[in-house]
Amino acid sequence: MIRSLLFVPGNSPAMLQNADIHRADALILDLEDAVAAKEKDSARALVKRAIMALRFGGLPLIIRVNPPGSPYLEDDLSAMVPLAPNYVMPTKVAGAEDIRKISARIAEIEAAHGMKAGSVGLVPLIESALGVENAFLIASSDSRVQGMLLGAEDLAFDLGAPRSKAGQEILYARGRIVVAARAAGISAYDTPFTDVNDAAGLEADALFARSLGFDGKAAISPRHVEAINQAFSPTEAEIRYAREVMAAIQKGEEAGLGVVSLHGKMVDKPIVERAQRVLAAALQPGLEGEDE
Amino acid sequence: MNKLAGTLREAIIACGLSDGMTVSFHHHLRDGDQALNQVMAEIAGLGIKGLRLEASSLFAAHAPLIEHINHGVVTSIGTGYMAGPLARAVSEGFLAEPVRFRTHGGRPAAMARGTARVDVAFIAAPAADPCGNLSGIKGPAACGSLGYAMTDARYAGKVVALTDHLLPYPLFPASISEEQVDFVVRLPSIGDPQGIVSGTTRMTRDPVALAIARLAAQAIEHSALLKDGFSFQTGAGGASLAVTQFLKPIMRRLNVKGSFGLGGITGYLVEMLAEGYFDTLLDVQCFDLKAVESIRDNPRHQEISAARYASPLAKSAAVDALDAVVLGALEIDTDFNVNVHVDSNGVIAGGSGGHADAAAGAKLALVAAPLFRARLPIIVDKVRCVSTPGDTVDALITQRGIAVNPRRPELEDRLKRAGLPVFPIGKIKEIAEGYTGIPTPIEPKGKVVGEVEYRDGRVIDVIRAIR
Repeated sequence: MIRSLLFVPGNSPAMLQNADIHRADALILDLEDAVAAKEKDSARALVKRAIMALRFGGLPLIIRVNPPGSPYLEDDLSAMVPLAPNYVMPTKVAGAEDIRKISARIAEIEAAHGMKAGSVGLVPLIESALGVENAFLIASSDSRVQGMLLGAEDLAFDLGAPRSKAGQEILYARGRIVVAARAAGISAYDTPFTDVNDAAGLEADALFARSLGFDGKAAISPRHVEAINQAFSPTEAEIRYAREVMAAIQKGEEAGLGVVSLHGKMVDKPIVERAQRVLAAALQPGLEGEDE
Repeated sequence: MNKLAGTLREAIIACGLSDGMTVSFHHHLRDGDQALNQVMAEIAGLGIKGLRLEASSLFAAHAPLIEHINHGVVTSIGTGYMAGPLARAVSEGFLAEPVRFRTHGGRPAAMARGTARVDVAFIAAPAADPCGNLSGIKGPAACGSLGYAMTDARYAGKVVALTDHLLPYPLFPASISEEQVDFVVRLPSIGDPQGIVSGTTRMTRDPVALAIARLAAQAIEHSALLKDGFSFQTGAGGASLAVTQFLKPIMRRLNVKGSFGLGGITGYLVEMLAEGYFDTLLDVQCFDLKAVESIRDNPRHQEISAARYASPLAKSAAVDALDAVVLGALEIDTDFNVNVHVDSNGVIAGGSGGHADAAAGAKLALVAAPLFRARLPIIVDKVRCVSTPGDTVDALITQRGIAVNPRRPELEDRLKRAGLPVFPIGKIKEIAEGYTGIPTPIEPKGKVVGEVEYRDGRVIDVIRAIR
């Protein structure tokens, strides 16, 4: 389960070499917006070397590549795919066709390098009005697509809406992306919180995203990772309740009861499934004994 | 009795200062200190030569000392810490005699033993009355505690107080009392407030330092020391200071009420005092404005002398009651010896301060440092200079794991059982060298320019000139 996805600029040796110490569940090695046009080649070379030399603690690696139509995408894919990252993150994805093209190109590279077909997954970045409207089509366009990330900065610009901390301008897009991801059976990741020094704002934003159904959230600062992991982990009360649910179910089965109740409420299938999901999430390493 | 001298020069003459004597200064005004330079200029003007300088610490602001060394006014130095152009000059072999580096606790011990004698102590006092009652909490150069100056006042043959804020007799509360002061001199200014306290000590935003600090706080949590009555000291820089930020929520979660915070005091410890995490603060040195305000306004925030802080000859000292301390390092070796004296080129870049004292006293001495700085690993086979002996260091905390001193198997066991990433120090060294390669050591071969005196008076290492 990926709760936190930490952006790491592909042109920063200092940040790359320490990328895996911040307890993020996944790393997004960025070749796109963090890297100026004249540094694209050197960043690609650096990220390639870093992946070959560093193990990044075994964390899932996501390579954010340049958008379709840019002069960099082909070089990004042909340099990165042979390194067998867990995922490629296509940017400015507007529709299913974007995904199918990238997937086909990745398939060629996989074949040319003797890699298992379909081994490199996709986590598209949805950051335009058209992308949001096509979210389900994108999510279900290709078996490589295993998650979607909302990019709120570009989206707000596309919408012509001022970007705010409260985020009412992206409320619809957030809901739409969660629904589309769920409908397609993939994960949904929320946009990063961009004020690196507002810890309270970050916590509120992450908890709100979780309440909408997101699985996790991207981080542009290592200092945001801990709060995101907390927000997307089950709370102690949730774990306790889930254990009670499972105990009640077991008791009911032993007693041969068809219907079980807990604290005066009927325990039905969604409640059991939710409890199972909470307990699975609670088994994530690092949850025990963490700081507040 | 009015002890006001007409001028600084009159006071110097009245003390009988002459060639070959020793003068002393404290460092509470840190890099904003203007007193030392004014006094030394006056002494040079009187034609006095061959002086020994005993300063509790020397900063970049004291660069004019290079000229006084050049002209033979100052011929030897004892100090706890040295930085800036003077440190560079000393490393280049500019001073004929080696600098005697002591610890903050070793200095009062050396004065008590008589191995460091002071003829005239010049004590910059942010506030004073005409009889020599002195305070650090009032006046434009307020610096809070005068803990290090108390040693000078106690042991020096003559004591000259320097102030830019004269108050009516009897000044209260006095940190240093009139019984120890011979002369009071008014100066237009003793210090630049900008350089004295750093305003607000800013918590580091360096994510690597924060990762180290979080791990250090977890090590403390699982050390078996974090319970009611817990006492704590931390350095003011980088990862060590940031440990307080991670310790606080742990103390809240475990409902631990601490006993005291010790040492150089920052706003973060002041905050923890105000919020009830500690009963009291024992303050030998204020690091920021919040600490100065707190020591002035909060009776639970106590001023202590350098001797009470850390002297090994005191009948008891606060460091000996300390549970945990988090310290920094320029280098640490596989025997856990720590260097805080010289940088990777062998140039003097600091000194022990209270490092060796707190490590010796505390039940748990953690060294928190990044695995590498620039491109150099901090773990080496042998440190360039032993500032703090490895047998007083319990564990090293880096961003990629904890190395516990093999002398502390029970600590290693506890931390491992808590699921913390514990490795042999050699393994962490290998991890670092996997990133950086193994650097060729730079080993200065010049004459001895510094002697590192341990708190018990033994010289445990020397520093050589870089050319």
